[in-house]
Amino acid sequence: MKRALILGARSPIAEAIAKKLAVSGWNLVLGARQIEEMKPVASDLELTCRVDVNLIEFDALQFEDLPTLPNRIRDKAGDFQLVVLVFGYMGNQVEVRTDADEMRKTLETNFVAAALTLGSLANYLETQSKSCKCGIIAITSVAGDRGRQSNYIYGAAKGGLNVYLQGLRNRLYPVGIHVLTVKPGFVDTPMTEGLEGLFLVASPERVANDILRAYNRRKDVIYTPWFWRWILTIIRLIPERFFKKLSL
Amino acid sequence: MITCRTSGWGNYPVVTCERSTARSRESLIRYAQNSGHILPQGNCRSYGDACISSSIVSTLALDRLLSFDPDTGLLRAEAGLTLEKIIRFAIPQGWFLPVTPGTKHPTIGGCVAADIHGKNHHLDGSLSQFIDALEIVLVDGSVVCCSRTQEPKLFWATLGGMGLTGFVYAITLRLRKISSAFLQTRSIKTQNLAETCQVLIDTQNDYTYSVAWLDCLSRHWGRGLVALGNHTTPDDIPEDPFPLHSTARFNLPMPLPRALVSRPVTSLFNHFYYRKQWHRQVDDKTHYDRFFYPLDFVNNWNRVYGNRGFLQYQLAVPFTEAERIITHFVTVLRKNGNGSTLAVLKTFGKKYGGPLSFPLQGFTLALDIPFGDGKVIAVLQNLTSSLLEAGGRVYLAKDAVVLKEHFRKMYPRVEEFQQIKELYDPECRLRSIQSDRLGLT
Repeated sequence: MKRALILGARSPIAEAIAKKLAVSGWNLVLGARQIEEMKPVASDLELTCRVDVNLIEFDALQFEDLPTLPNRIRDKAGDFQLVVLVFGYMGNQVEVRTDADEMRKTLETNFVAAALTLGSLANYLETQSKSCKCGIIAITSVAGDRGRQSNYIYGAAKGGLNVYLQGLRNRLYPVGIHVLTVKPGFVDTPMTEGLEGLFLVASPERVANDILRAYNRRKDVIYTPWFWRWILTIIRLIPERFFKKLSL
Repeated sequence: MITCRTSGWGNYPVVTCERSTARSRESLIRYAQNSGHILPQGNCRSYGDACISSSIVSTLALDRLLSFDPDTGLLRAEAGLTLEKIIRFAIPQGWFLPVTPGTKHPTIGGCVAADIHGKNHHLDGSLSQFIDALEIVLVDGSVVCCSRTQEPKLFWATLGGMGLTGFVYAITLRLRKISSAFLQTRSIKTQNLAETCQVLIDTQNDYTYSVAWLDCLSRHWGRGLVALGNHTTPDDIPEDPFPLHSTARFNLPMPLPRALVSRPVTSLFNHFYYRKQWHRQVDDKTHYDRFFYPLDFVNNWNRVYGNRGFLQYQLAVPFTEAERIITHFVTVLRKNGNGSTLAVLKTFGKKYGGPLSFPLQGFTLALDIPFGDGKVIAVLQNLTSSLLEAGGRVYLAKDAVVLKEHFRKMYPRVEEFQQIKELYDPECRLRSIQSDRLGLT
């Protein structure tokens, strides 16, 4: 029976992905910091989709627990073939410039923790891939495409993760593990709640739809919704000489 | 938090609001503890200004099923779950909503807040009869479980309390066992109001569901089609007993020109709708979707009424005064402007709900009235005073026009409600545009 692991499951995007996966028959393992809050989600998926849903306590910043993560999941729920990494952290982008702890949390959650988690899970999936098809979906951000004064610390971490995923994709290609990088624009989630200057905000359901369609079609990198690809292409093309004068 | 425009289903009135979305019980608690005025909001299917306020917590993301017992049909769900999703889950297992309104899109939390009734009120009463327990987040952030025996005051005040007592987080509901997704239906064509009323009264004991569509625009107004229905019996099960409804086939992407609901067009529509049934009586087997939710096949059908929207006015009046009041309403509305494009009549039974629950034994008439230039508001307010004299009342979930002084007379238990609200929301933070208008808060 196929089983997917979703990390950072409390986020609305993760919940939407979980729902979509459950509808197409995937059993799920949902990893989140407060599993008490996840119980309604689990019961709903079990009742409406008749799949097996397990909750595991997962804190990305507990680095020492990460190497044993695959074994913990296997003991609790069984083997899994798909990893969806959704967790991320974006604090106040002005505070983060002066507050060293905040900057560290942003960098650690979005890059260090993500890289360590994927590292340990990739090794596990490699052993799995001999018997079945495996895959990794990781959510980064359009902010990782070019550093802008408004959120370059978050962007740097996500950009780092982009590069990491490129390497991982390259490494895992021979064993048949597919790696999908997802770069969402603004999504209606608690992360963006209360931010100024939001535009073209997408719903988590739409983003989840795009992600799973791209995964099924074996895409490598997607922007969601699609128009962000073109917005970011323009932003990337601006020469640095001019770019530094802009207030983006 | 996002700033947006919001309105009820009638698209009148429209206000700007700050809307936050609760995604778990914990986040609901956080929002409840914030300062300032606030109102929980579901899928905005109440017509007037009951579901709007300047500061709103949307419960639409709280749409999970918490538990279900397939033996007893006891379902526990979060408040933001829509009836549509409950039906989708329950029908294949042979269960159905115990009470359902004329659309499947409201949230179950909204249904509790309005203590909704269905076509079966004359036998089964309103939704409150089938609610076993509520889990409510109070404005101070504490969580209270209430039922008929535990905190009964809060329980009854919340049923029909228009969301003014607290944030309902979870609802325990008893579903109805059915043998198929179909109903044995009968449609009776009537010639005038007296006959329509008589047919409704005569069929009360034989049919679980009954409702009449009235033509209020033609010369022979009061004629109509009475729709009656019973769930199919176990010995009459079709081959595929539980087919689900399909999603809406059409969508109105924007408001249509108002000319479409002008008097000549709607008269013509009513005429043909009445004429489509040739025989006096037609028996049929009808799918639940067609019987209960005929308007749901078009998404956003309220846009038919154009960008100014429409008012819905639903009154309940004791049997003895019913014909006089209905005649008075229809004639006055016909004289002043467009009249009522759509009118629905049914009977209410004896069972009562909470202090602000709407149903009272007698007839209930729901009228759709295009907003037009707004003059109809004053007309309706005048009509309301004659309704009061007859001992009637107006449904809060559809109201956008009732005056403060009228409201207090219609709902004699208002003070009881306010005392309970005072107990659980002493700073009166939960308020809607409607509760301000009616002097409830």
